[in-house]
This record gives sequence, structure tokens and C-alpha cells, in this order.
Amino acid sequence: MSGPILQLRDVSLSFRGIKALNALSFEVACGEICALIGPNGAGKSSLLNIINGVYRADSGSVTFNGEQFIRIRPAHAAHLGVGRTFQHNALFRHLSVLDNVLAGLIRHSRTTLVEHAFGIGRDRRETREFNRWADEIIGFLDLTGHRDTVVGTLPYGVQKRVDLARALVGRPSLLLLDEPMAGMNQDEKSEMSRLILGTNARLGTTIVLIEHDMSVVMGLSHHVVVLDYGRKVGDGSPEQVRKNPDVIAAYLGTAH
Amino acid sequence: MSFFIETLVGGLLAGVMYSLVVIGFVLVFKASGVFNFAQGSMVLCAALTFVTLRDKGIDFWLAALITLAVMVLIAIAVERVVLRPLVNRPQITLFMATLGVSFVIEGLAQIVMGASVHELDLGIVDTPIEIGGVQVSQFDLVAAGTAGILVVALSIFFNRTRVGIALRAIADDPQAALSIGIRLQTLWQIVWGVAGFVSLVAGLLWGARQGVQFALTLVVLKALPVLIIGGFTSITGAIVGGLIVGAGDSLAEIYLGSLLGGSVSTWFSYVLAVAFLLVRPAGLFGEAPIERI
Amino acid sequence: MSAIGTETIEGFGPSGVTAQSTRDRLRAGSVGVLLAALASIPLVANDYWLNAVLIPFLIMSLTALGLNLLMGYAGQASLGSGGFMSVGAYATYNLLLRLPELPLPVSLLLGGIISGLVGVVAGLPSLRIKGFYLVASTLATQFLLEWLFNQYGWFSNYSTSSSISAPRLAFLGHDLSSPAGRYLLTLATVVVVTAVAARLVRSQTGRTWMAIRDMDTAASVIGIPVSAGKLKAFFVSSLVIGIAGALWAFAYLGTVDARSFNLDRSFQIMFAIIIGGMGSIRGNFLGAAFMIFLPIQLDHLGSGVFGGAVDPGQLENFQKALFGALIVWFLIKEPRGLAALLSRAWTQLVSRINR
Repeated sequence: MSGPILQLRDVSLSFRGIKALNALSFEVACGEICALIGPNGAGKSSLLNIINGVYRADSGSVTFNGEQFIRIRPAHAAHLGVGRTFQHNALFRHLSVLDNVLAGLIRHSRTTLVEHAFGIGRDRRETREFNRWADEIIGFLDLTGHRDTVVGTLPYGVQKRVDLARALVGRPSLLLLDEPMAGMNQDEKSEMSRLILGTNARLGTTIVLIEHDMSVVMGLSHHVVVLDYGRKVGDGSPEQVRKNPDVIAAYLGTAH
Repeated sequence: MSFFIETLVGGLLAGVMYSLVVIGFVLVFKASGVFNFAQGSMVLCAALTFVTLRDKGIDFWLAALITLAVMVLIAIAVERVVLRPLVNRPQITLFMATLGVSFVIEGLAQIVMGASVHELDLGIVDTPIEIGGVQVSQFDLVAAGTAGILVVALSIFFNRTRVGIALRAIADDPQAALSIGIRLQTLWQIVWGVAGFVSLVAGLLWGARQGVQFALTLVVLKALPVLIIGGFTSITGAIVGGLIVGAGDSLAEIYLGSLLGGSVSTWFSYVLAVAFLLVRPAGLFGEAPIERI
Repeated sequence: MSAIGTETIEGFGPSGVTAQSTRDRLRAGSVGVLLAALASIPLVANDYWLNAVLIPFLIMSLTALGLNLLMGYAGQASLGSGGFMSVGAYATYNLLLRLPELPLPVSLLLGGIISGLVGVVAGLPSLRIKGFYLVASTLATQFLLEWLFNQYGWFSNYSTSSSISAPRLAFLGHDLSSPAGRYLLTLATVVVVTAVAARLVRSQTGRTWMAIRDMDTAASVIGIPVSAGKLKAFFVSSLVIGIAGALWAFAYLGTVDARSFNLDRSFQIMFAIIIGGMGSIRGNFLGAAFMIFLPIQLDHLGSGVFGGAVDPGQLENFQKALFGALIVWFLIKEPRGLAALLSRAWTQLVSRINR
């Protein structure tokens, strides 16, 4: 693990006067799995939304891969290599699994409208190539059996994996996972943990994830950041965080 | 200068007439999140029913009462037959459904009551009076006064009565309101009923002004820019938006129209509304929702 | 309740873009048979059928296709279709008038492209607003365009009447002004445009559009160029509608008349795709057929069964109420329209036969 891929400095955010994030700073090292934990309303999702440009921070700065910004457009963040999955279902629900995954490749496209309309130029080769990449990821995440199914009809746990596939297919260097295991049973959770660890190990993707299940967090992550009411109350290895009295008071003590 | 002021005042008063229609929109949108395109046909339907009853020699107040009953029945029917099955569907689907409803109401109303133009006399003398050197239409003053009374009455209704408070709770957070036992469907019916009443008032005033005819439904197209400028959720916005569109329209007609060599009133308020939309997508008095993902 | 429409339009046809190759071949075969049949229709049909039924049906299908690309695939609702038809009609008229050396297909295409560019400008507000706010802004386009063509004589070559007669239609020395000629011109255009559109919606562009339609925030987060995608949808949609508008003027009415491209036309086109099926190429033809045949049938019913005793105004009111009721019915019961209804009926039939 080398230097930080992501640095947040004094990031604050408020909605109609209510502070969601309060002067928050932390770093994520390249190649690590970093877990964001904290009670509901602690500002975890808002934080991810700032990193990939869905929300605009009131103050502070984000540095990703050496590039510093306060406000970034979501599409630009994606181009820089930030991938993202969503807490609530945000798949393209009328499209098949394959088409959802292919949508994750659109930002790598070099073809134009006219090429698409008439099937000329680079269009056919690109289509073949993209299909191959998509099928690779679909295989990697055990989705081959669902490849041509419309995602709206799939069970929730499978949809979560499609979301991961869609984010992963574009080969992001940083992957933000917003509660990838919410609503899953124990088997599905361990399967998802295995896939996340595999992604991190085989593709070298840095991962920031939000998760409530402490046993999952402790088994999965190299680094844990604890939020409470928009403030950071803990930051360190899983063991350090587990022993931190502030964290126990703010989160572990009350939530479990 | 006095010509300018006269144009302005005339426009402002005409704008209040638009506000009358828009209030009906706002009520329904606040309570059920539906952009009710059929409001215009409800205005036509109310005016047509009233005139037909009057032509049959029925007393003014009795006719008004029967019309009100008809309007409330239509409103409740729309809520039951159309909106209830469409609950939880995208807003744009609901909008298209009300478009369908407006065709049904227009078609049926004219089948039953005929399509010819009716005179509607409310007994308001329309001789212009002079206030501070400016000629003002008496009819427009009455209409503005009516709109004012309606706004005050609705504000009291929403802020003081149990029903009103429940409605505001629903507009704020439907799930929470439901969980504390507010009966959504009953409330929706009440609101649609009130919207029916508002369309009766608007129908009478517009009908008296233009004659009761099919063109009354076009009022809905004038009301849309007002709604956008004022915001979908604010009755104050409806009034202010109406004033802006009314004044803007008549001033543009005089000054911009002569510049471009023709009537600009068909599109001016829309272009104005789009300009507002680009600056303030939620309207002057509306609140932009926070997008959660 | 949120004040701004954040949802997409629902109810779309078969969505899998890929992996239907065997069905594709079957479909290609049946489309070929259908085309041969359509092309030979002038041999059997009389002028009334060509003029009053088949030509408007084909053109209405094309406008529906144009709107469907924008609304059914890219999720951007519009009531400006009539306006874009008029841009196509007036642009093509002026091209035929002022650049008579251009071949007819080139003038048609250029007219469409001009309409497409107007569509891009009209689509700019979609970068900031959604849902019926966008509908309102397309209404601004509709009213502005209606006014423009009425107001400035240059567009209609300073013709004194409000309608102007169309220039003679000819291509490669063949006169196309007979009913059969106009029918074949329309048919050829519709076939080519539909084939290209069908390819487009299965391509990367189509996937971009459907992603924007289904969940635009997620689309931008995964790096899909949402703004460019919306503007492309407006461009292609208005291009197709513009070509349809030119055909409406030249191949159907024989005159360019701004009044036939008014708001009612925009409503009619929107109704055609709601009834036919949003997000379905076939749906456009089904919806258009419905919009053209139903009034004709009602007329026949009015004059036949009731012996002309029914006042035509009343018939029109009845038709209006009926269309309104159908819209509501489809939105509630089958938001994917006739296309889905028919394909379901077909599957049931096949399974019954197999049993």
C-alpha cells in the first residue's frame, strides 16, 4: 500500500441550515479497503455524494489522485476513475443485466451517433469489445445465468451484484460502495464480501464502503473511519477503532 | 406614461384572473403531487353546467349550488377512477392521465350541454371607472376582489382547520403522515372537491367575461406559465405569478408586439416562464427538493 | 411531495438490446414479406385508400417514431411535435423553392436536419429541468414556432393565403405527384427512417437514452454523458418529426399550412405513442393506425348505423371523450400500450397452439 489516493480536508456540507458534515478530514491509501461507519444520519452517504460530485461541499477540498477540487461534475469524477454503487436501487430497471453493465462502459466509447445509426466505422468493433469486457465482469460476479434478464425482475441481492458489475466494468481506480450488503441474508453477505475482497486483490481497486454490519466491516476492511453527526470520531485500523472509547460511546454502544 | 400605467393595471388585473385558475392547480398539486391538466376543462364544465341550469330558469344560487355538487362529484370520480389506480406512478404519467381526463370532460360536457357559445351575466356592470386618473375595468376589480377573498379563505382553511393541517403534513412527508393515521384518500377527495369549487368560481368569472365556450379550456394553457413562475406549491406564488404574467403579457403585447410586428401574447408568457425555470427551477415560491441517491 | 419531477416515464417495451438474434432473423423475414405487400398496395387500392388512409397512417407512424425516440427511449416528454413538423415542412418547402437543383431526398433530409437543429435549441432547457416542467418548455417552442410561421411571410414565400401549394414532387425524372407516387415516396421514407431508428435504439446511443430515462442521476455518476445524450435525443427526434412534417405537407395535404401543425397535432402524436406503446418501434405503427382508423370507423358508424342522424360535432365530441378514456385506460392497465398487449396475446395464442 502506497500514498493516499483520496484526501478530504475540512469538508463541510449543510442542507437548509442543518449540518450534514462538519469540517471532516481523512485519507484513503491506495489499494486499501476503507470502511465508513456510523449511525444513520451520520453523513456517510452525503460524503460519498461529495466525492463523486452529486453534492457540492460548502467548504473544504477533496484531492483525488493528486487532483484537488471542491466541486466536480459526476461525469468528470467517473472519467477520473471514481466508480460508485448505490444504497437504494439505482439500476436501469427496464434494461437487461448485460445492458446495465454495458452502460458502465459508455464513458470509454469513442464512437459517434452517425456510426451507431448506420453501424459503420468503429461501431461494430467497439460493440464486440465492450460485450467481451462486460461478459468478463458478468462472469467474475457470477451473473452469467442472469445475463439477459431485465434487472427489474431480479431478486434484490442479485441486483446489488449487478450494481457492482456496472461500477466495476469501467475499471475504476477508486470504488465507492454505499451499503453493498443492505438487506442481504448471511449467505449473500459472505458471498458479497468474497467478491469485494476479490475485486480488491485481483484488480487492485481501492474501495471505500459504507456498512452497518460490524462483523462484516471488521473482517473486510484495512481501515475504518467512524462518523457521528457529521464529525469524525474515529480513524484507524479495525482493532484501534474497536478499542476507541469515543467510538464505543457514539456508535457501537448505542447501535448494538 | 398614463397609457403605460393603464396597460400595466389592466394586465395585473387580468393576471389575477389567471391566478384564480392556478389556485386550483396548486391545491391539487400540494395534496397529491398531481399536475392536473384537467383543471381547465373543469372550469369549462362548471361554467357550462351553470349556464345550462340558468337557461332552464333556475335561480342563481340554486344553480350555483347544483353546479358545485356536480363539480365535487366529478372531482371525486376523477380521484377514485383515475388517480387511485395510478398511485406511486411517475408524476409525468399522472400528468398524461389528467390530459386524458380533460379530453373526457370536454367531450362529455359538450355532448350533454352542447357546444354553442352562451352568454353568462353575473350582474356586474362593466363600465370602466377612473381611479387616480387611470381607467380601470370594474369587472376586473370584482374578479381581483374575489381572488383575494378566495386566497384569504383558503389560507384560513389550510392554517386553522384540522383538514388543512393534515394536508400540510401530507405535503411535507406523506409516509409520516400516513403512519400517524391521516387518511390520505379522504383528504385527497376533500382537496379535489375544493378544487372543484375553485373551478366553479373561475368558470363563472371567465365565463362572464368571455362567454361560455370551448375556448375557456385554453385558460389552462395561460395558467401553466403562471404556475411555473409562482411555483407549484404556493398560493401566494399563484397570485404573484399571475400578476407577473398578466402585466408581462399586456406590456409585451404593446411594446414588443409593435417591435416584432404582431401579436406576441401566444408565446410571451411561456418564454418568460422558461426563463424563470432556468434561473429558479422550483419557481419563485416553491422549494427545490433535495435529490437523494 | 417533490416539486420537481425526478422520476422517469414508465412503461416501455421489450428492453433487451442484445441477444435476440434468432428472433431477429424471424422478424426480418416477416418484415420483408410485409414490405413487399405494402409496396404492392397501389396495384389494388383505390385513391381514397391511399390518400385518406394509408398515406396519413404512414406519416403519423413516422411522427410517432420521432416522439417515441425522445419520450419513450430517452424519457424526455414533449408537446412540441407539431412545431417540429412545421419546421420540417417549411424548411423543405424553402429548399425545394430556392434550391430546385437539389434532389428530393436531399431536400427532405436537409429539412429534417434543420428541424433537428431547432430541436437541439428547444432541448436546451432539458439540461436543467425535467418532467412536466420540460413539457411546459416544449409548449413554449410549440407556440413560438406557430407564431413565427404565421408572422413572417418569408417562410411561405409571401403567399397571400395562409396556406401555400406544394411544389411538384419528382425524383430521378419520375413524377411522384399521383397518389401512388406519393404513397411510395412516403413508404420508402418511412422504411428507411424506421430501419435506421431501430438500429439506433439498439446501439450505444439507445442504451445511453434508456439509461437517462430509467435513472438519470445514476447515469451521470457512472460517467454517461447525460446532457449530450439528451440533446442528441432532441436532435434525432426532431429530425424524424421534421421529415414527417414535410411529408405531411407535400405527400398528404399538398399544401404547407401552419394550422395543421398546432398543439392539437402535438397532443395527437403523444396519444399515439401512449396507446401504441412507449419504448417500442412497433408501437408507433399500432398507435398511428389507431389514431387514423378509429375516427374513420366512427364516421362510418355515425353515417351508416345512425343514417347520418348524428351531428358531426357530436361525433367529434364523442371521439374526444373516447380518446381521453382510452389514454387513461392504457396508462392504468397497460402503460406499455398496444405493442405489449398484442405481444402478450401472441404468446398466449402460441402456447395454446403448442398445447
